[in-house]
Amino acid sequence: MNVQQKIPTDESQAVEHLDMADGSKGLHQEEPLIFEIGRTGKTGVDLPDVALTKDRLGGLARKDEIGLPNLSEPEVVRHYVRLSQKNYSIDAGLYPLGSCTMKHNPRLNEKMARLPGFADIHPLQPQSTVQGALEMIGELADWLMKLTGMPAIALSPKAGAHGELCGVMAMRAALEARGEHRTKILVPESAHGTNPATASLCGFSVSPIPATDDGHVDTAAFIEALGPDVAGIMLTNPNTCGLFERDIIEIADAVHDAGGYFYCDGANFNAIVGRVRPGDLGIDAMHINLHKTFSTPHGGGGPGAGPVVLSDALAPFAPMPYVVLQDGAWRIVENNGNESFGRMTAYHGQMGMFVRALTYMLSHGADGLRQVAEDAVLNANYVLEQLRDVMTPAFVGRCMHEALFDDRFLNGTGVETLDFAKAMIDEGYHPMTMYFPLVVQGAMLIEPTETESKESLDRFVGTLRSLAEAAKSGEVERFKAAPVHAPRRRLDETTAARKPVLRWQPHK
Amino acid sequence: MGDIRYTEQHEWIRVEGDMATIGITDFAQDQLGDVVFVEFPELGKEVAQFAEAAVVESVKAASEIYAPASGEVVEVNEKLTDEPALVNSDAMGEGWFIKMKINAPSELEKLLTEDQYKDYVKELG
Amino acid sequence: MRYLPLTTNDRRDMLNAIGAKSIDDLFEDVPPAARLEAGVDLPDHLGEMEVERKMTELACRNVAACNGPFFVGGGAYRHHVPAAVDHLIQRSEFLTSYTPYQPEISQGTLQYLFEFQTQVAMLTGMDVANASMYDGSTACIEAILMANRITKRSKAILSGGLHPHYAEVAETTARFTGDTIVRKAPAPEGQENLVDLIDEETSCVVVQTPSFFGNLHDVTALSDAAHEKGALLIVVVTEIISLGLLKSPGEMGADIVVAEGQSIGNALNFGGPYVGLFATRQKYIRQMPGRLCGETTDADGRRGYVLTLSTREQHIRREKATSNICTNSGLCSLAFTIHLSLLGEAGLVKLAKLNHQTAVELSEMLDGIDGVECVTSSFFNEFTLRLRKPAADVVDALVDRKVLGGIPASRLYPGDATVEDLLIVAATEMNTPDDLAALRDALTEVV
Repeated sequence: MNVQQKIPTDESQAVEHLDMADGSKGLHQEEPLIFEIGRTGKTGVDLPDVALTKDRLGGLARKDEIGLPNLSEPEVVRHYVRLSQKNYSIDAGLYPLGSCTMKHNPRLNEKMARLPGFADIHPLQPQSTVQGALEMIGELADWLMKLTGMPAIALSPKAGAHGELCGVMAMRAALEARGEHRTKILVPESAHGTNPATASLCGFSVSPIPATDDGHVDTAAFIEALGPDVAGIMLTNPNTCGLFERDIIEIADAVHDAGGYFYCDGANFNAIVGRVRPGDLGIDAMHINLHKTFSTPHGGGGPGAGPVVLSDALAPFAPMPYVVLQDGAWRIVENNGNESFGRMTAYHGQMGMFVRALTYMLSHGADGLRQVAEDAVLNANYVLEQLRDVMTPAFVGRCMHEALFDDRFLNGTGVETLDFAKAMIDEGYHPMTMYFPLVVQGAMLIEPTETESKESLDRFVGTLRSLAEAAKSGEVERFKAAPVHAPRRRLDETTAARKPVLRWQPHK
Repeated sequence: MGDIRYTEQHEWIRVEGDMATIGITDFAQDQLGDVVFVEFPELGKEVAQFAEAAVVESVKAASEIYAPASGEVVEVNEKLTDEPALVNSDAMGEGWFIKMKINAPSELEKLLTEDQYKDYVKELG
Repeated sequence: MRYLPLTTNDRRDMLNAIGAKSIDDLFEDVPPAARLEAGVDLPDHLGEMEVERKMTELACRNVAACNGPFFVGGGAYRHHVPAAVDHLIQRSEFLTSYTPYQPEISQGTLQYLFEFQTQVAMLTGMDVANASMYDGSTACIEAILMANRITKRSKAILSGGLHPHYAEVAETTARFTGDTIVRKAPAPEGQENLVDLIDEETSCVVVQTPSFFGNLHDVTALSDAAHEKGALLIVVVTEIISLGLLKSPGEMGADIVVAEGQSIGNALNFGGPYVGLFATRQKYIRQMPGRLCGETTDADGRRGYVLTLSTREQHIRREKATSNICTNSGLCSLAFTIHLSLLGEAGLVKLAKLNHQTAVELSEMLDGIDGVECVTSSFFNEFTLRLRKPAADVVDALVDRKVLGGIPASRLYPGDATVEDLLIVAATEMNTPDDLAALRDALTEVV
């Protein structure tokens, strides 16, 4: 918002003064929309201006202007650099978002993904010209199958939710091949919202299964709900409360005895990689968020990648394409995949993410990946222990890779989970995950990850302790007002949703 | 003023003859927070008692609204399209959702009276 | 291990603080049968130098587009990406941040998404656009599902000019959602009658322009015919740069436009990650899938941006969500928006002209070769050739001459004898006059 403080005496000064009075403070720089700074007569690229002497556009040439702004390169660079400075990032500080796994993103992964042999190859160029790429994919598949103890993998899903879709489609295809029409999928109440959304998209009805008071799925209720109409279950392990489901093998056996399949949401695989193979737990399908466990960057919301490992029972139904090694040559099977349920995306999947994930795995190795899980779990338990006396852990006992608190410690303070989280921003931290999982009142889910040092955890714990004490000592106003040190204070989400403004309009 | 009845899902229904007006209670709007959008059924739709009749959205939640009685939808509150805030400011009045022509008035006996609903809400804390 | 900051002493002290004897105590909930005592059978960690050596060795066994004359398109195009784009998207604050759920400290991401949505809406000639989808093919099926929700019908008609992968993704999904897909046979010459297929059960017609074979379509009449029957028109664009020169789908009456945005800002990457564009009319915004960024104000009255209308999404609606999608293609959409900002109106138009001019020149050079006939009358930067021989053999023979000469249609329509002799050729601003001559000469030899 431009607030002009002085009325300049003439036009030329008016232009100069715009930048001085725009509300910028130190590194908090205000930045207009790109549409508000572009003008005609400039360009950020130098291209020849060809005169189309004979076009082949069949009379479909555009006649009106698009309306895009024109800017030079320095202006464009400054615009996006200034925007970037309004973002928090894992490179700048601890990012304790539970279930999101905000860990360090090694830059070697970025460098490898940009090698021309990976970045500058086309998905439909002859297979003889991309043997190195196919072998790279084959090696990634081998690592993922060995780490999970599963015999098959579908690599093409583009994100975790897309992987879920792949797994549930394979389950339904397998049931149909058996000539069965089962209609129901069991999903715990604590599950991520994508689970029920996926099951529903695949034509199943969703039966929620309650959680027990100690944060685990209710095994008895689960087994009770099984029956000839149940296609399968979707279970997250370690679960969204940050706990390992102790009865998981018993549940898997019961599902299989009832003729159903077991989909495991692998969002939290980072807690057990190298120490537990999901294949040994009796699962039939699991997606792996490469952007979580294997540290491909989150990029402000994507792109992700969600390969799915499959059991022998589901493997024949895997989507196309997939890579095979035949007579010493790599081949990608794109069509006629026998019982394959079909195709989930154009081309072959998130190659750029595959390169980054394999680079990460090779860097860590089997020993390093096991250490990743151990340090992630150690760090979370350390935070849980250090905050136990000032905040209220949602459950008794230890956790896996994330520590879950509820809002009982804020009872009577007037401060709510949201206020507590926003106050963390003023202390220089990104908030933890809030109000998820839904089964815990005012949930606060903290996942420090293995890439935080003990010193960093101690500082973080110190900050949360002082905030908890401030809340209890009646500093409610400070919490309600927070954040005050961020580029923006709390935003009006109600108006945004009631009167959606989803784009800039000229001549406003 | 007709007879008002309530459901345990916090809908209210006011009946005058065979016409009924339906909305959500003040307690419900308070729980939802700022209402941003109401999705209505098509006019003429036949809805069974306790079947989904509309959806109300706040910033962080979406809830189905169930018909307290069965019948045909004859009018929806178009005013809410531009002013969803009416649900928050006057849930029992101007913030009504739909009008229905009900076909089984005896169904209303399954619903809560005003006193019963007040007690019910008190129990919820 | 260079990425793990805890020391052995730290670990010991922390276990003490927790009151655990060993790290194994923290994994005691794992059933004994599933505890991997020996670890997994994979190699141990490597230094940066060793990893780089191994990955580079694999990369070098591919023929990159920059290694020689390159004419492969089919929905993924090789364009020049200005150096500033890759520099900016690798800034920590963009690369290593999460989805902007805390708007106070995510205004950078939110503002560029708002700019991105505006750019996409402008380009496609539509009212609004979302914050991007996985890619063009997944955006396409999401558009079909959206049309089904709006019309409360379940039959989609797919043009024979639609990218075959897009059609296969739609068919696969429809098999599970119980919807009907009517897919027309491949239409290399661009003529097909879709209007007669539209009936009262049709939710939408999906047509691609430029088509998979390169043909341009005026879809205005098709739009009218669809609307007359209460159906929607979905227009697919896989070469987004074409809109610098062509009439927008919005102007031709599209209700939903989906596109592959890879051409602007993003490398070929062997097929992904790419960026799906999704635009529609204002009246349908609450039926849209995916994330949306909206403008609002903060507690001090300053303009700011938030993710909005999230009640459509899975984390709130769960099994009733408009889609199960939980992510967008964040960084790829940033690359798109930065590249398009550098181009501007003037640059995009120039770039589009340059592409068209190059393709026209190439088509004229190839059309004269004995045994080669261009079957595409109007096109942007890609066209189809009918060859005297099976196109797959010709492409392999071109590889021997160091030319990546296009896509044999048979690769995407296996077993369809009618397309066996078709070669789809794309030309962009990256192709030099020498490249064009190299393809002409090599093709003359091998046909």
